[in-house]
Amino acid sequence: MIETITKENFAEKVEQAAGPVLVELWAPWCTYCRRLAPALDRLADKLEGQVAVGKINVDEQPELEEKLEAATIPMLYLYQHGAHGAHLVAPSSQAQVEQWINAQLQ
Amino acid sequence: MKQNYDVAVIGGGPAGYAAALYCARAGLSVLVLEMLGAGGQMATTEQVDNYPGFEEGVNGFDLAEKMQAGAERFGVESEFAEVTGLQLDADPKRITTSSGSVLAGAVIVATGASPRKLGIASEDALVGRGVAYCATCDGMYYRGKTVAVAGGGNSAAADALVLSALCEKVYLVHRRAELRADRVYLDPLQKASNIEFVWNAQIDSLLHGDKLTGLALTDRVSGEKKTLAVDGLFVAIGRDPNTALVRGQLTLDQSGYIVADETTRTNIPGVFAAGDVRTKPLRQIVTAAADGAVASKFAEEYLRSRR
Repeated sequence: MIETITKENFAEKVEQAAGPVLVELWAPWCTYCRRLAPALDRLADKLEGQVAVGKINVDEQPELEEKLEAATIPMLYLYQHGAHGAHLVAPSSQAQVEQWINAQLQ
Repeated sequence: MKQNYDVAVIGGGPAGYAAALYCARAGLSVLVLEMLGAGGQMATTEQVDNYPGFEEGVNGFDLAEKMQAGAERFGVESEFAEVTGLQLDADPKRITTSSGSVLAGAVIVATGASPRKLGIASEDALVGRGVAYCATCDGMYYRGKTVAVAGGGNSAAADALVLSALCEKVYLVHRRAELRADRVYLDPLQKASNIEFVWNAQIDSLLHGDKLTGLALTDRVSGEKKTLAVDGLFVAIGRDPNTALVRGQLTLDQSGYIVADETTRTNIPGVFAAGDVRTKPLRQIVTAAADGAVASKFAEEYLRSRR
């Protein structure tokens, strides 16, 4: 399942989450985001119980967009214990996202 | 994903799913291996107006989903995995993927093409920090700012027009002194008051702190060096075929495309090249789909002769 992340629930669902959280910044007008969406759905199923997945609609969440310094989308972050590593922009494959996650998991 | 298929199709764009559809309707078992989602380059095209049958045009992503669903209706399986290795001269052919290995009697390579990079320092590090490859995706982030588009073909022209509606200033930076873009673009480009052409310009380096701040250019005619202050650079200098996987096995032309004639047959029996990845004069959705249909005919013929 993919959570919708807003400025109201960001602290609870992302920063204070017990486990790792994959966060995607996206917008409805972003064609590449749409292309990535089915891959994120499959990843959310595959990683259920290990990594939570959340999406931030940058049109509706300008504060989060600024906080996460999104200058292009789709942009991904992996949060662990309230902090994140390097972002991933417009990955070309589902496998690339998985490798990027696995390299960061603590 | 099973262990064995009659046909494995690598790439889930219009060529791949057309090939899969035709193969499945011919009674063959078919696996499509796609690394992200159906549609390839088409899936990021907002509006497709040159694929017959859609009088109002169609969204590229929607068309991709329809092609996938249409093929799956006849039993085609899709696996969303990255192909990491190929043994094409074996019989059956062996394919290694991020989800395991699979064997196939015939392989249809429909891996398409990707936007070409400038290939200069810091380009990768600045993606999402000023360097972009998709004006319709990222243009909104440069609203009211100054950007450059690198390139002189149709994608560069289209990107410049999209950006001119959003940005304060758009520089169209091209290596030559005239565009290669189709005539339909030239008039609107000339008329847009905020588009400025920078001719004969070679981009030497990207100026940046955390983000892109400008371009260092050399005039290829006069040799003069200058800098251009920009917040964003949209790279639209053409496409490169996705043939790294088959390099060394299939014959490629000088630009890296798989050499195959209208039968889609490559230098290895049982291996076919369909769509943008093949040497051909016109790369369009409709010609990609046509390649897929043709590839299925010759794949079927190959499989019959092998029994």
